[in-house]
Amino acid sequence: MDYDTLLQLLGSTLRLGTPLLLACLAGLFSERAGIFDIGLEGKMLMAAMTSAAVAALTGSVWVGLAAGIAGSLLMAAIHGIASITFRGNQLISGVALNFIASGITVLVAQSLFRQGGRTPPLAGDARFSPITLPFAEELQAVPVLGPLYHDVISGHPILVYVALLCVPATWWLLYRTRFGLRLRAVGENPAAVDTAGISVIAMRFAAVAITGVLCGLAGAYMSTALQAGFGREMTAGRGYIALAALIFAKWRPWQALGATMLFGFFQALALRPDVVQGVAGVKVPVSALDALPYILTVLVLAGFVGKAIPPRAGGEPYVKER
Amino acid sequence: MADQAEKGRQATAAPSPYAIELKGISKAFGPVQANRDINIAVPRGTIHGIIGENGAGKSTLMSILYGFYKADAGQILINGTVTPIPDSQSAIRAGIGMVFQHFKLVQNFTVLENVILGAEDGFQLSTSLSKARKALEALSRDYELDVDPDALIEDLSVGHQQRVEILKALYRQAEILILDEPTGVLTPAEADHLFRILKGLKEQGKTIILITHKLREIMEATDNVSVMRRGTMVDTVKTAETSPEQLAELMVGRKVLLEVEKKPAAPGRTILKVEDLRVKDEHGVERLKGVSFEIRTGEILGIAGVAGNGQSELLAALGGMAKATGRIEMNGAALPVAGRGADGQSRRTAGIAHVPEDRHHYGLILDFSAWENVAFGYHNDPKYQKNALFMDNAALRADTEAKMATFDVRPPIPALAAKNFSGGNQQKIVVAREIERNPELLLVGQPTRGVDIGAIEFIHKQIVALRDQGKAILLVSVELDEIMSLSDRIAVMFDGQIMGFRDPETTNERELGLLMAGMSGEAA
Amino acid sequence: MERLPRWADLMLVPLISLALAAIISAIVIVAIGQDPLEALNTMVTGAVGSAYGWGYTLYYTTSFIFTGLAVTVAFHAGLFNIGGEGQAQLGGLGVALVCLSMNWPHWALALPAAAIGAALFGAAWAAIPAYLQAKRGSHIVITTIMFNYIASAFLVYMLVDVLRPAGQMDPATANFPPGTELPTLNHIPGLSLVFTKGVPANVTLFVALAAAVAVWALLWHTRLGYQIRAFGKSEPAARYAGINPFRIIMIAMLISGGLSGLMAINNVMGEAGRLVQNSSEGAGFIGIAVALMGRNHPVGVVLAAVLFGFLYQGGAELGLWTSIPIELRTVVQGLVILFTGALDQMVRMMLTWAFSFRSPSQARGA
Repeated sequence: MDYDTLLQLLGSTLRLGTPLLLACLAGLFSERAGIFDIGLEGKMLMAAMTSAAVAALTGSVWVGLAAGIAGSLLMAAIHGIASITFRGNQLISGVALNFIASGITVLVAQSLFRQGGRTPPLAGDARFSPITLPFAEELQAVPVLGPLYHDVISGHPILVYVALLCVPATWWLLYRTRFGLRLRAVGENPAAVDTAGISVIAMRFAAVAITGVLCGLAGAYMSTALQAGFGREMTAGRGYIALAALIFAKWRPWQALGATMLFGFFQALALRPDVVQGVAGVKVPVSALDALPYILTVLVLAGFVGKAIPPRAGGEPYVKER
Repeated sequence: MADQAEKGRQATAAPSPYAIELKGISKAFGPVQANRDINIAVPRGTIHGIIGENGAGKSTLMSILYGFYKADAGQILINGTVTPIPDSQSAIRAGIGMVFQHFKLVQNFTVLENVILGAEDGFQLSTSLSKARKALEALSRDYELDVDPDALIEDLSVGHQQRVEILKALYRQAEILILDEPTGVLTPAEADHLFRILKGLKEQGKTIILITHKLREIMEATDNVSVMRRGTMVDTVKTAETSPEQLAELMVGRKVLLEVEKKPAAPGRTILKVEDLRVKDEHGVERLKGVSFEIRTGEILGIAGVAGNGQSELLAALGGMAKATGRIEMNGAALPVAGRGADGQSRRTAGIAHVPEDRHHYGLILDFSAWENVAFGYHNDPKYQKNALFMDNAALRADTEAKMATFDVRPPIPALAAKNFSGGNQQKIVVAREIERNPELLLVGQPTRGVDIGAIEFIHKQIVALRDQGKAILLVSVELDEIMSLSDRIAVMFDGQIMGFRDPETTNERELGLLMAGMSGEAA
Repeated sequence: MERLPRWADLMLVPLISLALAAIISAIVIVAIGQDPLEALNTMVTGAVGSAYGWGYTLYYTTSFIFTGLAVTVAFHAGLFNIGGEGQAQLGGLGVALVCLSMNWPHWALALPAAAIGAALFGAAWAAIPAYLQAKRGSHIVITTIMFNYIASAFLVYMLVDVLRPAGQMDPATANFPPGTELPTLNHIPGLSLVFTKGVPANVTLFVALAAAVAVWALLWHTRLGYQIRAFGKSEPAARYAGINPFRIIMIAMLISGGLSGLMAINNVMGEAGRLVQNSSEGAGFIGIAVALMGRNHPVGVVLAAVLFGFLYQGGAELGLWTSIPIELRTVVQGLVILFTGALDQMVRMMLTWAFSFRSPSQARGA
């Protein structure tokens, strides 16, 4: 494998890892606050549809992005009402919302555009276009680092950089602010938060709302940046991969970056079976690469690659005890 | 915020000598009247005890005071001013701090983080943390409340965790401190330290409410005491002018038979022999550290000790619920202590029955009907099988009906779910199931926890009757009275070890208390 | 605290949940500019308006009974098995291997063999998450989700690289030999009077009903079922009673996986006659809705499976005759799961409130 191929692979790793990263950080906020969310997939899908549809109708990707966030927030609100207000089963709520999203996105897209459940292809201002970072062209001639900067780091849609900035922002919010302290506490021992005079319900809704916003970004990125429009089931299990990455990262932001980029790399490899064959020397089935993130996650869950301890109050609705 | 509250208090402080007055507080949970027209006045700068049996409504009352529940009727006055307390935030603002029986701490946070949680200054944490560190140093100095501010809660002992709870309240400028059953998890020495802290706080002018069901603590630590019974406030008296006997009578509404009528024991051969038994918890910490003892037929061996000193692990190991090392011999034959054959089924086959410490957690499946619970642990018993494939549910229901009649379980409805019985009747179902097996050895943990007086007497009689049939009984209880009145021999546990054996006829509560604190005779 | 009468809790909660799901679906249909009454009419006519429609509805019902029972058994052991989809796909592989292994002389011989193959493969796929849960505490919800994806990748590999006959383009096995063809309802004496046209519903329906009876007997009339239910209610209590957690988790999940796998004799053997990609078509997930709707009782599961059979056949008819996309049924499925599984407290609160009006004296006296 030559350097150019490697750069191509890394470039698409970043592109493919971005939705995973956003969804993973989304899940991090929710689960750190004690609300399990296996509905990341559904929220992304909903955001992908609403953002592409609105972008197609208005011609503005920014309006589309707002619509994507709104769509995802709506799903998050239902999850919050079910699992916080009515203390329902969080896992079942997530599963349900994934089905609802899977069906309703096609229904809406079909009724709006009559193109078999797709949105029209997006172009121009209705889509996020790549940005060239400063000096990318000028530095291209610098050996090794120049092409790395030009081909891998520069030249992505803005949401890729937003996602990367979300990592330190999440870390800071979680570990260096009052909000983060309370958020982590509510996921570990909500009774401690409640007796300190803070509303557990409000904290958890805040966390679920952040999850909604970040999933909205992830979904909008899928349909308006990575691809040019919405297609049925276009998230293709990315919400679950993000969930896997979250466990792999043991619910920590920097590790989430590492895990999602690793899984993004696998996805990039799966698109280039020729490269895999060249490096490995034998023909590796594409499906093996597809399955790799899931297998790794199972290994992590089994404790073979370090122990993953979820937030202690995760999945449990909070009930005041006497 | 804290300053404002301070000003508010000073403005209204002068006229009323009472820090807290509750007037006509009532609270019902569905059909259960937990508090009925409660009136109480707590003078400022005193330690005020509230005593009552389990379920008397003490905790509900304090939860109302801390804004956890909203009272159906009544008023709360703080320093003479009517102060509605709709939530915990208001309680904190009114200067009330609460130390719950089950601590409300975040296990993987540091002491400092726990202290500032909810009382942070500003959005950035760093300023709050440095301010709290200074405040904590001052508080530790003033009140013997030393804890390492950077230690993780999960690494602290129970006593230290309790200090963190007190620090949390003091950091929030609490003037009124409520402690709910604070000594349940403490050794006598730790409890003494706590009372010293409380007296120090009192001297600084703080008001303290101490909720407990232990008469000794009331007599030792309080200035005044209010007695609650079945949701009502029976009386408030000066501690110096009352006696434990009088308080006990007020608590239960009649003279209490503290003594259980029983004949002298007639112990026979050794039935259970335990040697160097050790149990580790899930974190690999040794909780039972080499325990050896024997029980003979026809005797009750009582295990005394503060909760959490290895008694639960001892029961778990004997009952086949926990992996152990060492040796357990039943009728001269060794029983496996780990791996195959060390499970509840094998123990039952070996003639060991087990009334567990926590019936909700272990002894019953609350959603199962009473008859399903009667088979619990004995579901493999041939008499409950129709054939090789199916269970005989009809036989099981008939058996349940018979047991309910013998043990006076009310209501006598086998199909009723276990959760719908009262605590005493639930315990009777468990005791009936285990005793009716006619076991050679009965393990009993906290047989009367959360059980009404009538059922306590009944259960005690059943245990003594079993002994008189020549069976062996291992009784674990944190209630010293229960141990003293039931046991034929007493072993005291501390820190996973047996500190010594005593004869209930010749020992006294003081001697046992010292052993429970890990001291073998000398003064504290 | 006021409680609902038991019958209301058992019957009304699922029915109200269903009604809520139906109302929201109707709103969705109106929102996309269609007529909900016409949609319902199309669904009823297409799914239950003729024997032919019933032949399809019951075909779907058969699959859903299996996957619904699978979720039910695991649920009683306190385990949420979301892996039905993967287990059903592996069951399909088991069926295919058995059916292709020899030239079967008669379906009556092939059916039990294929059933064993399906159950074994399904159970094997559930065994790994079960083992990891029992021995290493790995959350079974997450591992079974992961195993769904691993299963689908594995089947792609098997169908593309291993089982695909030389020269065939689409990723699928060869057609099964004729001796494996299961009688459909229109070929069964007696029933053929009702079902005159060829329908996909086949003898597997009776296997499914037998499985429902077997699960009922297992859960409420055997020691194993007693232990499964006790363990599912309280793990610490089960340990006290000497119920081996490892054994119960493994057995419950093996039964659950086996039931999911068994559905493959309906779709793979009974209908398709060969194994194709994504053969289970989401039936494993529908099992969740069926089990929740059926209140985790075999009788409820069978009824809910018929309902979802109707929904699936009716939904397909919608896709055929109206411009409402077939995905509507996924929405309804999600709504039913949401209301019965996650918002059940809300439904119960609504009912309690309604009951407090109906019998005020009783409520006060309770």
